[in-house]
Amino acid sequence: MQHIKVTVDGTTYHKEVEPRTLLVHFLREDLGRVGTVVGCDTSNCGACTVLVDAVSVKSCSMLAVQADGSEITTIQGVSDGNDWHPVQSAFKECHGLQCGYCTPGMVMSSIDLLNENPNPTEAEIREGLEGNLCRCTGYHNIVKSVQRAAELMEGAKS
Amino acid sequence: MIPVAFDYKKASSVQDALAALAAGGEDAKLMGGGQSLLPVLRLRLNAPSVVVDCSSIPEIKGIKDEGGKIVIGAGTTHHAVMNDPAVKSSLKVLADATASVADPQIRHRGTLGGALAHSDPRADQPPVALALDAEFTIAGATGQRTVAAADFFQGPFETAVGPDEILVSVAFPKLDGWGGHYEKFNRAAQAWSIVGVAATVRMEGGKIAEARIGLTNVGGTPHRASAVEQALVGASSIAEIEAASMHASDGLSPFADEDADVEYRLHLARVLTARSVAKAAGIS
Repeated sequence: MQHIKVTVDGTTYHKEVEPRTLLVHFLREDLGRVGTVVGCDTSNCGACTVLVDAVSVKSCSMLAVQADGSEITTIQGVSDGNDWHPVQSAFKECHGLQCGYCTPGMVMSSIDLLNENPNPTEAEIREGLEGNLCRCTGYHNIVKSVQRAAELMEGAKS
Repeated sequence: MIPVAFDYKKASSVQDALAALAAGGEDAKLMGGGQSLLPVLRLRLNAPSVVVDCSSIPEIKGIKDEGGKIVIGAGTTHHAVMNDPAVKSSLKVLADATASVADPQIRHRGTLGGALAHSDPRADQPPVALALDAEFTIAGATGQRTVAAADFFQGPFETAVGPDEILVSVAFPKLDGWGGHYEKFNRAAQAWSIVGVAATVRMEGGKIAEARIGLTNVGGTPHRASAVEQALVGASSIAEIEAASMHASDGLSPFADEDADVEYRLHLARVLTARSVAKAAGIS
Protein backbone atom coordinates (compact mmCIF):
# COMPACT_ATOMS: atom_id res chain seq x y z
CA MET A 1 0.00 0.00 0.00
CA GLN A 2 1.15 3.52 -0.70
CA HIS A 3 0.09 6.73 0.95
CA ILE A 4 -1.38 9.44 -1.26
CA LYS A 5 -2.76 12.89 -0.69
CA VAL A 6 -5.25 14.15 -3.22
CA THR A 7 -7.73 16.98 -3.36
CA VAL A 8 -10.97 15.90 -5.01
CA ASP A 9 -13.69 18.47 -5.68
CA GLY A 10 -12.24 20.75 -3.01
CA THR A 11 -11.78 18.17 -0.25
CA THR A 12 -8.30 16.88 0.63
CA TYR A 13 -7.98 13.16 1.36
CA HIS A 14 -5.12 11.11 2.81
CA LYS A 15 -5.50 7.48 1.76
CA GLU A 16 -3.59 4.23 1.50
CA VAL A 17 -3.92 2.67 -1.96
CA GLU A 18 -2.63 -0.39 -3.76
CA PRO A 19 -0.38 0.67 -6.67
CA ARG A 20 -2.61 -1.18 -9.15
CA THR A 21 -5.72 0.79 -8.15
CA LEU A 22 -6.94 2.85 -11.09
CA LEU A 23 -7.90 6.42 -10.37
CA VAL A 24 -11.53 5.79 -11.40
CA HIS A 25 -11.85 2.90 -8.94
CA PHE A 26 -10.26 5.02 -6.21
CA LEU A 27 -12.76 7.82 -6.84
CA ARG A 28 -15.75 5.49 -6.88
CA GLU A 29 -14.88 2.87 -4.30
CA ASP A 30 -12.55 4.61 -1.83
CA LEU A 31 -14.16 8.05 -1.94
CA GLY A 32 -17.70 7.08 -2.97
CA ARG A 33 -17.71 9.68 -5.70
CA VAL A 34 -19.72 7.62 -8.17
CA GLY A 35 -20.61 10.47 -10.51
CA THR A 36 -17.56 9.43 -12.54
CA VAL A 37 -18.51 6.23 -14.34
CA VAL A 38 -16.62 3.32 -15.90
CA GLY A 39 -17.72 2.88 -19.50
CA CYS A 40 -15.52 0.73 -21.68
CA ASP A 41 -12.58 -0.04 -19.39
CA THR A 42 -10.35 0.03 -22.50
CA SER A 43 -9.54 3.79 -22.53
CA ASN A 44 -11.73 4.37 -25.59
CA CYS A 45 -14.99 5.83 -24.38
CA GLY A 46 -14.03 8.75 -22.14
CA ALA A 47 -17.00 8.29 -19.77
CA CYS A 48 -14.53 8.33 -16.85
CA THR A 49 -12.98 11.69 -17.83
CA VAL A 50 -11.99 13.94 -14.92
CA LEU A 51 -9.74 16.98 -14.67
CA VAL A 52 -6.36 16.36 -13.04
CA ASP A 53 -4.60 19.65 -12.30
CA ALA A 54 -7.08 21.32 -14.65
CA VAL A 55 -6.60 19.11 -17.74
CA SER A 56 -8.81 16.26 -18.92
CA VAL A 57 -7.64 12.72 -18.24
CA LYS A 58 -9.28 9.32 -18.60
CA SER A 59 -9.33 8.15 -15.00
CA CYS A 60 -9.30 4.50 -16.11
CA SER A 61 -5.86 5.16 -17.63
CA MET A 62 -4.15 6.62 -14.62
CA LEU A 63 -3.16 5.01 -11.34
CA ALA A 64 -4.40 6.49 -8.10
CA VAL A 65 -0.78 6.64 -6.88
CA GLN A 66 0.05 8.85 -9.86
CA ALA A 67 -2.52 11.37 -8.63
CA ASP A 68 -0.57 11.89 -5.40
CA GLY A 69 -0.31 15.62 -4.75
CA SER A 70 -2.74 16.62 -7.47
CA GLU A 71 -6.05 18.38 -7.58
CA ILE A 72 -8.91 16.50 -9.21
CA THR A 73 -12.26 17.80 -10.39
CA THR A 74 -15.02 15.29 -11.13
CA ILE A 75 -18.51 15.90 -12.50
CA GLN A 76 -19.58 16.24 -8.86
CA GLY A 77 -17.30 19.22 -8.37
CA VAL A 78 -18.12 21.40 -11.35
CA SER A 79 -21.13 23.05 -9.70
CA ASP A 80 -21.08 24.89 -6.39
CA GLY A 81 -24.23 23.03 -5.35
CA ASN A 82 -26.52 25.92 -6.14
CA ASP A 83 -25.84 27.11 -9.66
CA TRP A 84 -25.00 24.71 -12.43
CA HIS A 85 -21.85 25.04 -14.45
CA PRO A 86 -22.69 26.68 -17.80
CA VAL A 87 -21.78 23.44 -19.59
CA GLN A 88 -24.31 21.55 -17.46
CA SER A 89 -26.97 24.20 -18.17
CA ALA A 90 -26.25 24.03 -21.89
CA PHE A 91 -26.50 20.22 -21.97
CA LYS A 92 -29.93 20.49 -20.30
CA GLU A 93 -31.13 23.30 -22.51
CA CYS A 94 -30.00 21.67 -25.78
CA HIS A 95 -30.88 18.13 -24.68
CA GLY A 96 -27.26 17.08 -25.06
CA LEU A 97 -27.92 13.62 -23.67
CA GLN A 98 -30.09 10.60 -24.26
CA CYS A 99 -29.36 7.74 -21.86
CA GLY A 100 -26.92 9.98 -19.97
CA TYR A 101 -24.16 7.45 -19.38
CA CYS A 102 -21.52 9.35 -21.37
CA THR A 103 -22.63 12.71 -19.97
CA PRO A 104 -20.22 13.06 -17.01
CA GLY A 105 -17.29 12.50 -19.37
CA MET A 106 -18.78 14.67 -22.11
CA VAL A 107 -19.25 17.54 -19.67
CA MET A 108 -15.70 17.23 -18.31
CA SER A 109 -14.18 17.07 -21.79
CA SER A 110 -16.29 20.04 -22.88
CA ILE A 111 -15.05 22.07 -19.90
CA ASP A 112 -11.47 21.22 -20.85
CA LEU A 113 -12.14 22.07 -24.49
CA LEU A 114 -13.67 25.46 -23.64
CA ASN A 115 -10.85 26.26 -21.20
CA GLU A 116 -8.36 25.84 -24.01
CA ASN A 117 -10.52 27.28 -26.79
CA PRO A 118 -13.39 29.49 -25.53
CA ASN A 119 -14.89 29.96 -29.00
CA PRO A 120 -14.51 26.70 -30.91
CA THR A 121 -15.86 26.00 -34.40
CA GLU A 122 -18.12 23.01 -34.92
CA ALA A 123 -15.17 21.08 -36.36
CA GLU A 124 -13.03 21.96 -33.35
CA ILE A 125 -15.79 20.78 -31.01
CA ARG A 126 -16.11 17.47 -32.84
CA GLU A 127 -12.34 16.97 -32.78
CA GLY A 128 -12.08 18.15 -29.18
CA LEU A 129 -14.62 15.53 -28.11
CA GLU A 130 -13.13 12.69 -30.15
CA GLY A 131 -12.07 10.95 -26.95
CA ASN A 132 -15.68 10.62 -25.80
CA LEU A 133 -18.14 8.16 -27.26
CA CYS A 134 -21.93 8.42 -27.09
CA ARG A 135 -23.42 5.05 -27.94
CA CYS A 136 -26.85 6.64 -28.32
CA THR A 137 -25.02 8.54 -31.11
CA GLY A 138 -26.48 11.78 -29.81
CA TYR A 139 -23.54 13.80 -31.05
CA HIS A 140 -25.58 16.46 -32.84
CA ASN A 141 -27.12 17.86 -29.68
CA ILE A 142 -23.90 17.43 -27.75
CA VAL A 143 -22.13 19.68 -30.26
CA LYS A 144 -24.98 22.20 -30.00
CA SER A 145 -24.66 22.06 -26.21
CA VAL A 146 -20.98 22.95 -26.35
CA GLN A 147 -21.73 25.82 -28.73
CA ARG A 148 -24.41 27.05 -26.33
CA ALA A 149 -22.04 26.66 -23.36
CA ALA A 150 -19.48 28.80 -25.15
CA GLU A 151 -22.13 31.51 -25.54
CA LEU A 152 -23.15 31.26 -21.87
CA MET A 153 -19.55 31.44 -20.69
CA GLU A 154 -18.80 34.39 -22.99
CA GLY A 155 -21.93 36.15 -21.68
CA ALA A 156 -20.93 35.51 -18.08
CA LYS A 157 -17.60 37.26 -18.68
CA SER A 158 -19.07 40.49 -20.07
CA MET B 1 -10.12 -5.64 -15.47
CA ILE B 2 -7.97 -4.81 -12.47
CA PRO B 3 -4.24 -5.21 -13.22
CA VAL B 4 -2.15 -7.90 -11.56
CA ALA B 5 -0.54 -6.49 -8.40
CA PHE B 6 2.81 -4.77 -8.88
CA ASP B 7 5.18 -2.58 -6.91
CA TYR B 8 5.31 1.08 -7.85
CA LYS B 9 8.29 3.40 -7.81
CA LYS B 10 8.03 7.05 -8.74
CA ALA B 11 11.42 8.01 -10.16
CA SER B 12 12.65 11.51 -9.40
CA SER B 13 15.66 11.48 -11.74
CA VAL B 14 17.11 9.42 -14.60
CA GLN B 15 19.61 7.89 -12.15
CA ASP B 16 16.76 7.01 -9.81
CA ALA B 17 14.86 5.32 -12.68
CA LEU B 18 17.94 3.35 -13.77
CA ALA B 19 18.53 2.18 -10.19
CA ALA B 20 14.89 1.08 -9.86
CA LEU B 21 15.11 -0.76 -13.19
CA ALA B 22 18.27 -2.57 -12.09
CA ALA B 23 16.78 -3.46 -8.71
CA GLY B 24 13.53 -4.65 -10.28
CA GLY B 25 15.17 -7.24 -12.52
CA GLU B 26 13.87 -8.42 -15.86
CA ASP B 27 10.18 -7.90 -15.09
CA ALA B 28 10.57 -4.22 -14.18
CA LYS B 29 8.78 -1.87 -16.56
CA LEU B 30 9.27 1.82 -17.27
CA MET B 31 6.13 3.91 -17.59
CA GLY B 32 5.98 7.30 -19.32
CA GLY B 33 2.45 8.64 -19.43
CA GLY B 34 1.05 5.12 -19.10
CA GLN B 35 -1.41 5.50 -21.97
CA SER B 36 -0.16 2.34 -23.69
CA LEU B 37 1.04 0.45 -20.61
CA LEU B 38 -2.05 0.83 -18.42
CA PRO B 39 -4.48 -0.58 -21.02
CA VAL B 40 -2.07 -3.51 -21.44
CA LEU B 41 -1.96 -4.05 -17.66
CA ARG B 42 -5.75 -3.85 -17.45
CA LEU B 43 -6.04 -6.57 -20.07
CA ARG B 44 -3.47 -8.54 -18.03
CA LEU B 45 -1.29 -8.92 -21.11
CA ASN B 46 1.70 -7.93 -19.00
CA ALA B 47 2.46 -8.40 -15.32
CA PRO B 48 5.50 -6.34 -14.31
CA SER B 49 7.12 -6.88 -10.91
CA VAL B 50 7.59 -3.15 -10.55
CA VAL B 51 6.34 -0.17 -12.55
CA VAL B 52 8.90 2.64 -12.59
CA ASP B 53 6.96 5.84 -13.18
CA CYS B 54 9.01 8.35 -15.19
CA SER B 55 6.26 10.98 -15.47
CA SER B 56 7.75 13.17 -12.73
CA ILE B 57 11.38 13.34 -13.83
CA PRO B 58 12.06 17.04 -14.49
CA GLU B 59 15.22 16.46 -16.55
CA ILE B 60 13.37 14.50 -19.27
CA LYS B 61 10.57 17.03 -19.69
CA GLY B 62 10.48 20.09 -21.90
CA ILE B 63 11.44 21.33 -25.34
CA LYS B 64 14.70 23.15 -26.07
CA ASP B 65 15.52 25.13 -29.18
CA GLU B 66 19.24 24.50 -29.68
CA GLY B 67 19.90 26.46 -32.83
CA GLY B 68 19.95 23.87 -35.60
CA LYS B 69 17.82 21.38 -33.74
CA ILE B 70 14.93 21.05 -31.36
CA VAL B 71 15.54 18.69 -28.45
CA ILE B 72 12.42 17.21 -26.89
CA GLY B 73 12.61 15.51 -23.51
CA ALA B 74 11.25 11.96 -23.66
CA GLY B 75 8.75 12.74 -20.91
CA THR B 76 7.19 15.69 -22.73
CA THR B 77 3.47 15.14 -23.31
CA HIS B 78 1.92 15.02 -26.77
CA HIS B 79 -0.15 18.04 -25.78
CA ALA B 80 2.99 20.05 -25.02
CA VAL B 81 4.72 18.93 -28.23
CA MET B 82 1.86 19.80 -30.58
CA ASN B 83 1.32 23.22 -29.00
CA ASP B 84 4.97 24.27 -28.76
CA PRO B 85 5.68 27.35 -30.96
CA ALA B 86 9.13 26.11 -32.05
CA VAL B 87 7.75 22.68 -33.00
CA LYS B 88 4.85 24.25 -34.89
CA SER B 89 7.10 26.55 -36.90
CA SER B 90 10.16 24.35 -37.49
CA LEU B 91 8.71 20.82 -37.32
CA LYS B 92 5.18 21.14 -38.67
CA VAL B 93 5.02 17.47 -39.66
CA LEU B 94 5.76 16.44 -36.06
CA ALA B 95 3.11 18.83 -34.71
CA ASP B 96 0.57 17.43 -37.22
CA ALA B 97 1.37 13.79 -36.49
CA THR B 98 1.24 14.41 -32.73
CA ALA B 99 -2.11 16.18 -32.97
CA SER B 100 -3.48 13.04 -34.66
CA VAL B 101 -2.47 10.73 -31.78
CA ALA B 102 -5.50 9.26 -29.98
CA ASP B 103 -7.58 12.01 -28.32
CA PRO B 104 -7.12 15.08 -26.09
CA GLN B 105 -7.27 13.19 -22.78
CA ILE B 106 -4.62 10.70 -23.90
CA ARG B 107 -2.46 13.49 -25.34
CA HIS B 108 -2.51 15.18 -21.92
CA ARG B 109 -0.83 12.14 -20.32
CA GLY B 110 0.94 10.30 -23.12
CA THR B 111 4.52 11.28 -23.95
CA LEU B 112 6.57 11.51 -27.13
CA GLY B 113 9.35 9.40 -25.66
CA GLY B 114 6.94 6.83 -24.34
CA ALA B 115 5.32 6.43 -27.75
CA LEU B 116 8.67 6.18 -29.55
CA ALA B 117 10.13 3.71 -27.04
CA HIS B 118 6.92 1.64 -27.12
CA SER B 119 7.27 1.58 -30.91
CA ASP B 120 3.85 0.29 -31.81
CA PRO B 121 4.00 -0.46 -35.57
CA ARG B 122 0.84 1.66 -36.00
CA ALA B 123 2.10 4.70 -34.10
CA ASP B 124 2.13 8.14 -35.73
CA GLN B 125 5.41 9.66 -34.51
CA PRO B 126 7.95 6.92 -35.39
CA PRO B 127 7.69 7.62 -39.18
CA VAL B 128 8.30 11.32 -38.45
CA ALA B 129 11.41 10.56 -36.37
CA LEU B 130 12.67 8.23 -39.10
CA ALA B 131 12.02 10.62 -41.98
CA LEU B 132 13.64 13.53 -40.12
CA ASP B 133 16.74 11.56 -39.07
CA ALA B 134 16.05 12.27 -35.41
CA GLU B 135 18.72 11.38 -32.86
CA PHE B 136 17.83 9.45 -29.74
CA THR B 137 19.73 9.94 -26.48
CA ILE B 138 19.59 6.87 -24.27
CA ALA B 139 20.91 6.64 -20.71
CA GLY B 140 22.28 3.49 -19.09
CA ALA B 141 24.48 2.49 -16.17
CA THR B 142 27.63 3.50 -18.04
CA GLY B 143 26.37 6.89 -19.22
CA GLN B 144 24.57 8.23 -22.27
CA ARG B 145 24.75 7.20 -25.91
CA THR B 146 23.18 8.51 -29.09
CA VAL B 147 21.37 6.37 -31.65
CA ALA B 148 20.23 7.44 -35.12
CA ALA B 149 16.56 6.94 -35.99
CA ALA B 150 17.56 4.48 -38.74
CA ASP B 151 19.01 2.22 -36.02
CA PHE B 152 16.45 2.92 -33.30
CA PHE B 153 13.40 1.07 -34.61
CA GLN B 154 14.30 -2.62 -34.67
CA GLY B 155 10.99 -4.47 -34.85
CA PRO B 156 7.41 -4.36 -33.62
CA PHE B 157 7.63 -2.99 -30.06
CA GLU B 158 11.43 -3.33 -30.22
CA THR B 159 13.90 -0.47 -30.15
CA ALA B 160 17.56 0.20 -29.43
CA VAL B 161 16.66 1.00 -25.82
CA GLY B 162 18.00 -1.90 -23.75
CA PRO B 163 16.10 -3.46 -20.84
CA ASP B 164 18.35 -1.61 -18.38
CA GLU B 165 18.21 1.74 -20.21
CA ILE B 166 15.92 4.75 -20.49
CA LEU B 167 15.21 7.07 -23.42
CA VAL B 168 16.12 10.60 -22.31
CA SER B 169 15.49 12.87 -25.29
CA VAL B 170 14.99 13.04 -29.02
CA ALA B 171 16.67 15.71 -31.19
CA PHE B 172 15.01 16.76 -34.45
CA PRO B 173 16.89 18.87 -37.02
CA LYS B 174 14.96 22.09 -37.60
CA LEU B 175 13.29 22.36 -40.98
CA ASP B 176 12.54 26.07 -41.15
CA GLY B 177 10.71 27.00 -44.32
CA TRP B 178 9.82 23.41 -45.17
CA GLY B 179 6.20 22.43 -45.72
CA GLY B 180 4.93 19.49 -43.73
CA HIS B 181 1.87 17.29 -43.44
CA TYR B 182 0.79 14.05 -41.78
CA GLU B 183 -1.84 12.12 -43.71
CA LYS B 184 -3.58 9.58 -41.51
CA PHE B 185 -6.11 7.07 -42.75
CA ASN B 186 -8.30 5.32 -40.21
CA ARG B 187 -11.82 4.08 -39.76
CA ALA B 188 -12.97 6.20 -36.85
CA ALA B 189 -11.96 9.09 -34.63
CA GLN B 190 -9.10 8.18 -32.25
CA ALA B 191 -8.45 4.89 -34.11
CA TRP B 192 -4.94 3.79 -35.05
CA SER B 193 -3.63 4.57 -38.53
CA ILE B 194 -4.41 1.87 -41.08
CA VAL B 195 -1.61 3.61 -42.94
CA GLY B 196 -0.12 7.03 -42.13
CA VAL B 197 2.33 9.11 -44.16
CA ALA B 198 4.58 11.86 -42.80
CA ALA B 199 5.82 14.17 -45.54
CA THR B 200 7.97 17.24 -45.37
CA VAL B 201 9.28 19.12 -48.41
CA ARG B 202 11.46 22.10 -49.24
CA MET B 203 10.23 24.11 -52.21
CA GLU B 204 12.34 26.17 -54.59
CA GLY B 205 10.71 28.20 -57.33
CA GLY B 206 7.47 26.21 -57.17
CA LYS B 207 9.29 22.87 -57.43
CA ILE B 208 10.12 20.29 -54.79
CA ALA B 209 13.84 20.61 -54.05
CA GLU B 210 14.03 18.08 -51.20
CA ALA B 211 11.55 15.69 -49.61
CA ARG B 212 11.48 13.36 -46.62
CA ILE B 213 8.81 10.71 -46.36
CA GLY B 214 8.04 8.22 -43.58
CA LEU B 215 5.21 5.68 -43.47
CA THR B 216 3.61 3.91 -40.55
CA ASN B 217 1.82 0.57 -40.30
CA VAL B 218 3.19 -0.87 -43.54
CA GLY B 219 5.50 -3.28 -41.69
CA GLY B 220 6.89 -4.04 -38.25
CA THR B 221 8.85 -0.79 -38.15
CA PRO B 222 8.32 2.64 -39.72
CA HIS B 223 9.38 2.87 -43.36
CA ARG B 224 11.48 5.55 -45.05
CA ALA B 225 10.32 5.97 -48.65
CA SER B 226 13.73 6.92 -50.08
CA ALA B 227 12.76 6.09 -53.68
CA VAL B 228 9.84 8.54 -53.47
CA GLU B 229 12.10 11.21 -51.95
CA GLN B 230 14.47 10.95 -54.94
CA ALA B 231 11.70 10.79 -57.53
CA LEU B 232 10.01 13.89 -56.12
CA VAL B 233 12.94 16.23 -56.79
CA GLY B 234 11.80 18.74 -59.42
CA ALA B 235 8.09 17.84 -59.14
CA SER B 236 5.73 20.80 -59.45
CA SER B 237 2.36 19.27 -60.32
CA ILE B 238 -0.08 16.77 -58.88
CA ALA B 239 0.61 14.40 -61.77
CA GLU B 240 4.34 14.45 -61.04
CA ILE B 241 3.75 13.94 -57.31
CA GLU B 242 1.44 11.01 -58.02
CA ALA B 243 3.96 9.44 -60.39
CA ALA B 244 6.76 9.73 -57.82
CA SER B 245 4.49 8.38 -55.07
CA MET B 246 3.99 5.12 -57.00
CA HIS B 247 7.38 4.18 -55.49
CA ALA B 248 5.91 4.37 -51.95
CA SER B 249 5.13 0.66 -52.04
CA ASP B 250 8.57 -0.35 -53.37
CA GLY B 251 10.09 -3.07 -51.24
CA LEU B 252 7.20 -3.21 -48.78
CA SER B 253 5.79 -6.47 -47.43
CA PRO B 254 2.98 -5.30 -45.14
CA PHE B 255 0.80 -7.59 -43.10
CA ALA B 256 -2.91 -8.17 -43.53
CA ASP B 257 -5.28 -7.53 -40.65
CA GLU B 258 -8.95 -6.78 -40.03
CA ASP B 259 -8.52 -3.27 -41.44
CA ALA B 260 -6.70 -3.97 -44.68
CA ASP B 261 -5.28 -6.80 -46.77
CA VAL B 262 -1.82 -6.59 -48.31
CA GLU B 263 -2.90 -5.18 -51.69
CA TYR B 264 -5.05 -2.53 -50.06
CA ARG B 265 -2.20 -1.46 -47.76
CA LEU B 266 0.15 -1.10 -50.72
CA HIS B 267 -2.52 0.97 -52.49
CA LEU B 268 -2.94 3.17 -49.41
CA ALA B 269 0.83 3.66 -49.18
CA ARG B 270 0.92 5.09 -52.71
CA VAL B 271 -2.26 7.15 -52.56
CA LEU B 272 -1.67 8.60 -49.10
CA THR B 273 1.94 9.46 -49.95
CA ALA B 274 0.75 11.50 -52.92
CA ARG B 275 -1.89 13.26 -50.79
CA SER B 276 0.53 13.96 -47.97
CA VAL B 277 3.25 15.34 -50.27
CA ALA B 278 0.74 17.50 -52.19
CA LYS B 279 -0.49 19.05 -48.96
CA ALA B 280 3.06 19.53 -47.61
CA ALA B 281 4.05 21.20 -50.90
CA GLY B 282 0.88 23.29 -51.13
CA ILE B 283 0.16 21.89 -54.60
CA SER B 284 -3.45 21.07 -55.45
